[in-house]
Amino acid sequence: MKQISNEFSGVFVCLDKSNVDTDQIIPKQFLKSIKKTGFGENLFDGWRYIDEGSLEKNKSERKIKKDFILNNEFFINSNILVSRENFGCGSSREHAVWALKDFGIKTVIAESFADIFFNNCFKNGLLALTLKKNEISKIFNSFDEGSPQSLEIDLINQKLYFGVQGISFDIDDYKKNCLLDGLDEVGASLKFSDQIRSFEKTYKKNNPWLFK
Amino acid sequence: MPSKTLYDKLWEAHHVAKRDDGSSLIYIDRHLIHEVTSPQAFHGLRERNIEPWRIDSIIATPDHNVPTENRAKGVNGISDSTSKLQVVTLEENVKKYDLKFFSLEDERQGIVHVIGPEQGLTLPGMTIVCGDSHTSTHGAFGALAMGIGTSEVEHVLATQCLISYKQKNMRINVEGDLPERVSAKDVTMFIIGEIGTAGGTGFNIEYAGSTIRNLSMEGRMTLCNMSIEAGARSGMVAPDIKTFEYLKERPFSPSGNILREAIESWSSLKTDDDAFFDKEYNFSAEDIHPQVTWGTSPEMVISIKDKVPEPKESKNKENYEDALSYMGLRPGIKMTDITLDQIFIGSCTNSRIEDLRIAAEILKGNKISKNIKRALVVPGSGLVKKQAEEEGLHEIFIDAGFSWRSAGCSMCLGMNPDQLDIEDRCASTSNRNFEGRQGFKGRTHLVSPAMAAAAAIQGKFIDVREI
Ligand code: SF4
Repeated sequence: MKQISNEFSGVFVCLDKSNVDTDQIIPKQFLKSIKKTGFGENLFDGWRYIDEGSLEKNKSERKIKKDFILNNEFFINSNILVSRENFGCGSSREHAVWALKDFGIKTVIAESFADIFFNNCFKNGLLALTLKKNEISKIFNSFDEGSPQSLEIDLINQKLYFGVQGISFDIDDYKKNCLLDGLDEVGASLKFSDQIRSFEKTYKKNNPWLFK
Repeated sequence: MPSKTLYDKLWEAHHVAKRDDGSSLIYIDRHLIHEVTSPQAFHGLRERNIEPWRIDSIIATPDHNVPTENRAKGVNGISDSTSKLQVVTLEENVKKYDLKFFSLEDERQGIVHVIGPEQGLTLPGMTIVCGDSHTSTHGAFGALAMGIGTSEVEHVLATQCLISYKQKNMRINVEGDLPERVSAKDVTMFIIGEIGTAGGTGFNIEYAGSTIRNLSMEGRMTLCNMSIEAGARSGMVAPDIKTFEYLKERPFSPSGNILREAIESWSSLKTDDDAFFDKEYNFSAEDIHPQVTWGTSPEMVISIKDKVPEPKESKNKENYEDALSYMGLRPGIKMTDITLDQIFIGSCTNSRIEDLRIAAEILKGNKISKNIKRALVVPGSGLVKKQAEEEGLHEIFIDAGFSWRSAGCSMCLGMNPDQLDIEDRCASTSNRNFEGRQGFKGRTHLVSPAMAAAAAIQGKFIDVREI
């Protein structure tokens, strides 16, 4: 029996680009917020709108770029973003992940991810899934701008269902558990406090110049 | 004992514990903080009701949002209220936890990656993190330096450790003498052109070979800085006598007997002779000419002698077509035929004293071309600015028609008022030519300081060796 968690499944949208950088995912002017929420409206701001966005501007005043896929009425509420190679490269800004989440994206699928972005995803409950080039191509080939379709993701059994086809995927156990159980990393690491302290003691003795 | 790479050694020296899932807790020696990626992390600490683990490991400065003019007013000189709020929030956190801080009024303030080394707060053998991808810069000292996200900033504040998986080892060897006026910036851009922006993903890069040894510390910082543009979270150069000399008499460097002891320990920080690398590249310095990017990714880079390439010659055709249209270029245009609107000399890649000296040497006695509507030079720190003024460099820049500014990230990403206007074309010594990076619809071409100075005089790109 396949168990589908809705947490990572939903309507998918394809963005046919490689090297999508975090400056595009959330442009710099929106990094001025000191919160983790409210970034969704400005996800891919430079590609979604014709005019320049700012924190002060209201969405209703903005000029929308009609041909950008996330402005297509079928994909305004999409949950899965599919892209090509090296997704999330560039700046370490975690705001990129906060923006995707805030928009409603639960899963990003790509051929490969940049390291920092990949890490940031799992710390925020976003699934970043790496698939093979031919598997990504299959998804791209079936993508129809006129009719939204869903991908079902069974994280427990590491399977993605696309039509009747099931594709297995790899994910490391820790990251999987983080997503399934919502692990508190700081809390988990603080359980190592004694070990950290004892490491620190010896380390300080051997490298006194690092402490002052 | 099996042979180890420098990275293996740094990893092992900081390894605190192995976790069940195969990742490790890595002890962090230095934590650099700026105003953009830290507020949410401090907020997280407060929610947990815990204090930072080790206050003396942290240094903080505002750099991304700060204005580069009228600095006398400090925080009150920031006109944008949201920028101001971030800087004020940083100041509040600094105060609450009593952190080492270089405020806007402090002449030691500057781009966090410039002031760490300058103050002797970046040392060989350290693990260094910052909520900023260009933390790789500090690898120039033989440190393991990594950019991290805000959740990780919170984690390091709370535990002094980073959860990390060991990366693979890559070595990039560059041998021989660089042609005249070819600098570390050209070397790193050339490497990115060869290995691609994802070439280093999952790797730590060690740079080696005679060309790298011959680079100054400033040059090594430029090189390691852009490791992230090759996809690598960290890049490093083994420390040597040059490194130790650089660190002598820096305010926070060790001194006296402790320094001698430290240097003895640092001297072992190198890759063993027959250590294994998962990937290795060899380049020859004489093949490297001044580099210029033509597109919207750092890998879209060519030599100044070349023409804008045809999309069909490249692997990502759509990306290339999008890039050409964004940049307003056609294939086959000679780089030397591209005229410019703005010049930016600055950023954590190229805003150190050596960079300013090179640019000033080329600008001396010259004026910027009439078509250049603005040329900015933004020193990486207040101390770089002071040093440049002592050497009279500021006068050369000002006489040439440059605007001489105060330290900060400035037009590297334009979170402050320094931004490109729509479709402005800029020769920039920064590190990213992404769409909109320097301003809405702005067009960025990455170059070295020498090439930026030459372009300012000419009003278009020119091989700096021909000026
Ligand atoms: S100068 Fe540019 S790249 Fe460097 S830290 Fe500042 S914004 Fe980032």
